[in-house]
Amino acid sequence: MIGLLETHGRKETAQLAEGLSSVPRRRVGYREAVLEEMDLPEILRREPELCLIDELAHTNAPGVEHTKRYEDVEEVLAAGIDVLSTLNVQHLESLNDHITELSGIRVRETIPDAILGRADEVVLIDVTPETLLDRLRAGKVYPVERIDSALNNFFRIENLAALREVALRQVAEEVGAKRLTTELVGSREESLAADAPQAVGERLLALVEPYPGAQRLVRRAWRSAQRLGAELDLLWVRAPGQRLSDDEERSLVALRQLASVLGAKMVEEESDDLAAAVVDFASQRGSTYVLLGRSRPSRGIARLRVPLPQRLMQRLPGVDVRIVADRPLRQNGEKL
Amino acid sequence: MSVVVLVAVAAAGVLLGIAAGYWLPPNGRLAARNRPRPVRRILLPFTGQAISRRAFEAAVRLAKAENAIVMPAFLARVPMSLPLDSALPVQCASGMPLLEAIEQRLSSQGVPVDSRIGRGRSARDALRNLLAEEHFDRIIVSADEDPRAGLGYEDLKWLLERVPAEIMILRPAPEDTRRISTKAVGGHF
Repeated sequence: MIGLLETHGRKETAQLAEGLSSVPRRRVGYREAVLEEMDLPEILRREPELCLIDELAHTNAPGVEHTKRYEDVEEVLAAGIDVLSTLNVQHLESLNDHITELSGIRVRETIPDAILGRADEVVLIDVTPETLLDRLRAGKVYPVERIDSALNNFFRIENLAALREVALRQVAEEVGAKRLTTELVGSREESLAADAPQAVGERLLALVEPYPGAQRLVRRAWRSAQRLGAELDLLWVRAPGQRLSDDEERSLVALRQLASVLGAKMVEEESDDLAAAVVDFASQRGSTYVLLGRSRPSRGIARLRVPLPQRLMQRLPGVDVRIVADRPLRQNGEKL
Repeated sequence: MSVVVLVAVAAAGVLLGIAAGYWLPPNGRLAARNRPRPVRRILLPFTGQAISRRAFEAAVRLAKAENAIVMPAFLARVPMSLPLDSALPVQCASGMPLLEAIEQRLSSQGVPVDSRIGRGRSARDALRNLLAEEHFDRIIVSADEDPRAGLGYEDLKWLLERVPAEIMILRPAPEDTRRISTKAVGGHF
């Protein structure tokens, strides 16, 4: 049954819906206007097995049961009715800032990511930006009078390509997370639970210290994370009671600023066992790569200890450990 | 008796060796804290995908002459629609390789380097925020920057009037279009 279908005046869409049972919209008075909204009470009264409710991120007119349509959907689901709905990727709350930066346009109607997380199945409707632009120019997306404005604003090819990438990644993550949950429920083995975070995707962990060279390590780690489509964590393990010099304090502030602008999560932990702290953190976060800079030369009997990279490799099986090289003092073949 | 003395001398030698091993860094180099440290801090701010080669060279010359550390700073502009502490992956995609290229070139010339990120609603605001957090002895900017892309003449005027540091503004040189850009990154950054 169709609970609500938004055709945007497209004849083709309306034709596809012909012959299907549909709930008429109700009219809602708002100030001096009359608005049409989905008739939630009528849907609940009819108790269909499956209901199509279009435009999940829609904001309802004041005076109806809920402010947002996704809240209507929650009520429908609670009544035991399955729902088929639609959503544009830019309406996901967690992606809103990212998409604003990509497109320069702030999307006001958003839904919490948890709503999408509750879906049994997420299907991506994917077309190339060129196809979408062809459809737009042919008047299949907006009425003729809005085409020019759309082409000059949101529907620029670079925006569409970026949105497409975001959508593909988002759905891949959803599918990955879903697969993981299914495996966990099915196996009931704790060992699988321990390995679980690794199945979601790549996650990089860079070990940092407050000194100028650490920024280079962070940038390298970020670049790798970008290529892998991975999250990046930064970890600084400070010795208990360790006091920082002024230079180190400044380096720490600079590191935090860099982490923030790159979208990396920086964590500071206090421990006198660096390897153990790293192993605990990497296990908790499901890190798949650990990146570290070249160790400073050890002194005294510390020279007899197994180096940190080897200790990490022994204690984090399956996790790649990468040592970021120091920058050479002289470089050949520099380009201008 | 002589055996006891020998053993005592040997033990003392071993202890002395361990102590020396602890206090002296490997390879007989001077510990970092004992080396002469840079005392002056030269800020080299930039906003776009390239910086003037003249500004860079001026920073290198001054750093060498003054035993200074050069601090290239990427000034990121946060759109008004975003919180000031938002991640900015799009700007970082060009800013980080340029930062890396500048660091590589400074290091290759033996100049100490320590990068910074400034963030604000405009390039000037980002610079203001950076200057509020840290002291810099000298700031080097090039007047031939495209004002739409980075620091314009009004910003340079603001720098001269308001910032308590030595400001070096390089005069425009239309004939000298050399730049250090993201293409200059060496290696597999």
